[in-house]
Amino acid sequence: MHNLKAITPLRGVTPRLDHIGTISITEVVDQALASVAARKGQSAVMQQALADHIGLHLPEPGHAVIAAPFGAIWMGPDQWMITAPHDSHELLASEVKEIAGRSASVVEQTDGWCRFDVAGVGLCDLFERLSNAPVRTMAPGSAIRTTMEHLGVFLWRLADDHMAILAPRSAAGSLHHGLVAAARSIA
Amino acid sequence: MIIDHPLLGPRDAQEFTYLGDASLINRPDWQCENALSEFHDYLYLRDNPAGEHRELWYHEQGDRSWLVVTRNTVTHEILSVELAHDVAKAVTAGRSAK
Amino acid sequence: MTQVNRLNGGLIDRSTSLNFRFDGKTYSGFQGDTLASALLANGVRLMGRSFKYHRPRGVLTAGSEEPNALVELRSGGRQEPNTRATVAELYDGLDASSQNRWPSLERDFMAINDRFSNFLTAGFYYKTFMWPKAFWEKLYEPIIRKAAGLGSLTGEDDPDLYDKGFLHCDLLIIGSGPAGLAAALTAGRAGAQVILAEEDFELGGRLIAESCTLAENSGADWVMQTQAELAGMSNVRLMPRTTVFGAYDHGIYGAVERNTDHLAEPAPGKPRQTLWRIYSKRALIATGAIERPIAFENNDRPGIMLAGAVRAYVNRWATTPAQSVVVFANNDDTHQTARDLMAQGVKVPAIIDTRPDAPDVEGTEVLKGAEIINTSGRLGLSAVRVRVAKGYTRDLFCEALAMSGGWNPNLGLTCHQRGRPVWNADIHAFVPGEGLPVGQIVAGAAKGELTTDAALRGGAAAAVSALADLGITATPADLPAAQDAPVSLSPFWHVKDAKRAWLDFQNDVTVKDVKLAHQENFTSVEHLKRYTTLGMATDQGKTSNVGALAVMAELTGKSIPETGTTIFRPPYTPVAMGALAGRATGKDFHPTRLTPSHKWAEDQGAVFVEVGNWMRAQWFPRKGETHWRQSVDREVLQTRNSVGVCDVTTLGKIDVQGADAADFLNFVYANGFAKLPVGKVRYGLMLREDGVAYDDGTAARFAEDHFVVTTTTANAVLVYRNMEFVRQCLCPNMDVQLISTTEAWAQYAVAGPNSRKLLQKIVDPEFDISNEAFPFMACGEVTVCGGLRARLFRISFSGELAYEIAVPTRYGDAMMRALMEAGEEFDVVPYGTEALGVMRIEKGHATGNEINGTTTALNLGLGRMVSDKKDCIGNVLSRREGMNAPDVLALVGLKPVDAKDTLLAGGHLMNKTGPVDVANDQGYVTSAAYSPTLQSSIALGFVKGGFDRNGEQLRLVNPLEDKEILVEIVSAHFVDPEGERLRA
Repeated sequence: MHNLKAITPLRGVTPRLDHIGTISITEVVDQALASVAARKGQSAVMQQALADHIGLHLPEPGHAVIAAPFGAIWMGPDQWMITAPHDSHELLASEVKEIAGRSASVVEQTDGWCRFDVAGVGLCDLFERLSNAPVRTMAPGSAIRTTMEHLGVFLWRLADDHMAILAPRSAAGSLHHGLVAAARSIA
Repeated sequence: MIIDHPLLGPRDAQEFTYLGDASLINRPDWQCENALSEFHDYLYLRDNPAGEHRELWYHEQGDRSWLVVTRNTVTHEILSVELAHDVAKAVTAGRSAK
Repeated sequence: MTQVNRLNGGLIDRSTSLNFRFDGKTYSGFQGDTLASALLANGVRLMGRSFKYHRPRGVLTAGSEEPNALVELRSGGRQEPNTRATVAELYDGLDASSQNRWPSLERDFMAINDRFSNFLTAGFYYKTFMWPKAFWEKLYEPIIRKAAGLGSLTGEDDPDLYDKGFLHCDLLIIGSGPAGLAAALTAGRAGAQVILAEEDFELGGRLIAESCTLAENSGADWVMQTQAELAGMSNVRLMPRTTVFGAYDHGIYGAVERNTDHLAEPAPGKPRQTLWRIYSKRALIATGAIERPIAFENNDRPGIMLAGAVRAYVNRWATTPAQSVVVFANNDDTHQTARDLMAQGVKVPAIIDTRPDAPDVEGTEVLKGAEIINTSGRLGLSAVRVRVAKGYTRDLFCEALAMSGGWNPNLGLTCHQRGRPVWNADIHAFVPGEGLPVGQIVAGAAKGELTTDAALRGGAAAAVSALADLGITATPADLPAAQDAPVSLSPFWHVKDAKRAWLDFQNDVTVKDVKLAHQENFTSVEHLKRYTTLGMATDQGKTSNVGALAVMAELTGKSIPETGTTIFRPPYTPVAMGALAGRATGKDFHPTRLTPSHKWAEDQGAVFVEVGNWMRAQWFPRKGETHWRQSVDREVLQTRNSVGVCDVTTLGKIDVQGADAADFLNFVYANGFAKLPVGKVRYGLMLREDGVAYDDGTAARFAEDHFVVTTTTANAVLVYRNMEFVRQCLCPNMDVQLISTTEAWAQYAVAGPNSRKLLQKIVDPEFDISNEAFPFMACGEVTVCGGLRARLFRISFSGELAYEIAVPTRYGDAMMRALMEAGEEFDVVPYGTEALGVMRIEKGHATGNEINGTTTALNLGLGRMVSDKKDCIGNVLSRREGMNAPDVLALVGLKPVDAKDTLLAGGHLMNKTGPVDVANDQGYVTSAAYSPTLQSSIALGFVKGGFDRNGEQLRLVNPLEDKEILVEIVSAHFVDPEGERLRA
């Protein structure tokens, strides 16, 4: 086992948690990510392999699914982001490649992204200040890739009062600042 | 503007990057007889109509699809939106059929 | 001072008394007042000075169309010039000052301009201040700007926060008068997602300004009931204090919500205003109408107001502008003003009606077929002179005049795209025409439905039809019966033969100015506007445009619609820059990207530099170093002598996979990649299709079907975009998949003769990284520090034996610390972007300064890289004759002949003798640095035909500072030209 200590996207030893008014903002670090993109003409084969091996049925455009411990978010034509807990699936990309074989290009994305989970009853008030996504009509299970604070992000509606945001890791501080500012604004 | 993405539905044009005339898909054959003049025309001679125009938009803050958007440049009415990948496949299919 | 003009009733909250200051004097008003209504209640009519002539001015309107009563609100960083007193909501402690006057509002020295009004006519500036040209900027403009103007800025930072946001709805209703409320009720009950935006802080529009009744209730009562019902609907969002300022493409509207403008200051963390981008499927314009003044001699004195505004002050704010008010009109509607005033015990000496057949009004005299030919009163109206029908004149004493020339539909938002208003002869006004923005409909007075009844029913019907388009079935809300008298009006625009009759109060444009414009042939509406400044500034001619058009029509002998029309552009009313900026100010202007070693670098006291959005360590000062050069020189020498480490994470990384990955790169890069063996890296140069160099980087082949490509930091996004274009649009049949992995890996350059020794302590021993096993340009997957997955590349930007090592980003901080610890025995040094830059110049490597969008592979000395055996982007056009002439620019090294000289980038190169001019230009310097290795200033640059001019001397000229330095052309590879160190 290596001796290198991880830090969080916000550069902390432990993940950050903020409570502002009814809103909680949680820095999520226990998440591994791997992108899968179907090789030419192999989309069906790839999707079948993932369904057979880990019960993951890849979602339609604009959606995400969960088949615990795995999840998948639609990214683009024939391309998805697979999620799993980091502590138990740090080598998620290798796992997925093992399953998909030559039907897919798999790329480790774990540390390309930071994730914040925002929860609370004021969720829509907060997100309509940050994103053009139609948050009030966005059903649980939908996932939209759009901009927030000038950053390309995924908004993943997990529940009526729970949204996950995936954003470029290097800009975690700016995104967190934006989330906190918006939460104070509506608190 | 709102661009009706073929896969994702209506999305704000702010999420897109504009490139220009969709004829950029029709790249000439580098080995054809008058390649130099073909490439010259391909690169420098673009239509800029006041009216219907087929143009390339990139969903950079979205799914990274290149789209061919047919838009009226006077009214901004958008008449159709296609995945450029599909358009390009049709172009190459047409080419190999020749 | 007491509220001498306060009446009974109204919609103000008399239990909440508010103190405020205007020009240093303290007054009191009530919750629900505006600054204008409170000032009027306190007997203050004089509120400002006019733009050009510094004429005393009072309030004209009761809304956002106000041209006169502009004040500076608040002080310090919150000072807000040109605030319309008519929409400034009163709060306790409000502090306002008049503007455009000196030393005081009552005694304004610049009022001298009024005496010279004969000279200051339309076009005065253009005619007078033309010559000499140089005087304009230095003399005329500063003087004019001081004399003619509006409010001032303090120059202090705005301490407030502004939010931005996005809203979605089925139906956006703009305006909450009878039409807007009826529409909201109809759409809300049908379950549609509705936003009702109202610029006022109270809903109701004219319903709360008039004494009208709806069935048995007052208009205000019906508004309250309706508001209560709407507030209870979860699908309806009521947005008072929200101005929709622009109609954009495809149903997008811009709006500003004034969250805390009505408070002395916002609570901490709360926004002052919010800029909303509203996505609507349908939008209903229910913005009502704006009353138009009549132009007559001296019609601009404080106390002269629009009649509808007077009624609003009386009925809503329980305030009369004075105790004696004369009414002047060309229509029946305005007679109600007299009745409302008299009901409150205010004297109405007479109604002056331009129509010979005007009806009588009980309780006052109606002077029929009469007109006002002059007014008097220095700082406020004291009398009007009337020419009655029989021709003789009569003076009426009064302190206020309520005038009305009729109403113009408020159709600004219908014109924001291609809509052109059309003339409606029935109501003698422009109404919305064809070409409205997509999804937009109009109802109520904005459409020309000028009665309350028509507005109510029109609003409900519009909502039904808008929702039907969306597949939502709605039935018109049950609405109370309301006033339905037809519009009775005879057009009357101005009293003839007036010397100075104002059309545009804000810009001091009179009937005479329009005549002058006509005389000088500026007859088109667009020219008229620009020549006279009519319709400009904060009110954009809301009360003046149509009147001026009517005068021009009269002069040209054409009808009003033949003369032209008046259109509006966004914004409907001024929008604060702060609201447009939102939170993106100062250091939050754009997101900041931090490198994996940022925290560690901060601990070291690094100096950072912004590179795009990235913050990169520029150098790492050590104790005792007083100048950046000391730090940078040390970092370079220590790296070249032993080993240095630099965070290079910011370089773009793109993962390229697929059966056709190699063919794809072969097409994207000018040089070939098909034959690159697995486990090897190759330098690659990308061209634009026109043959100009675009970006460079490396591609590492990890498997037959897997490459990792790097791009420059600056071009990471562009290269990815371009590669997606090639993949989707030019090579749609290739099996290739792309994804960015820039942020996923923390990547460090480890450079210098001891780099291998250092890395051997980091890379786990089962991986052999000896020169034989892992030679120059090798790459591979390894593990480090006891098992962490990593990627190792043997590539060099510095020219030294060097590697780049990448680990998952979360371990990047620890990796940096581990490298420093392991390197201690070698005296390892962290180096920043400056040392990186110095070393690449010493090695002659091109970067953005050289790949600058004008240079080709040939210019860069990489001409042979462009393969002619395969197709690639830029291949064909890079063969053009002009780009391959013998004397094309070539990248060279330059050093000063006198080692003491310092070379600067940007200078041009001339032959050793001869003139300094374009014809003799030999090239230019792109990069320069002090080389601690060579102990001399060195530079890279482009020189004509420079491939074989080594040893030649040129002059590096700097005509700006009149300097010339003699330089010698040398190889661009100042250090280790044979590349022995790289391969060591």
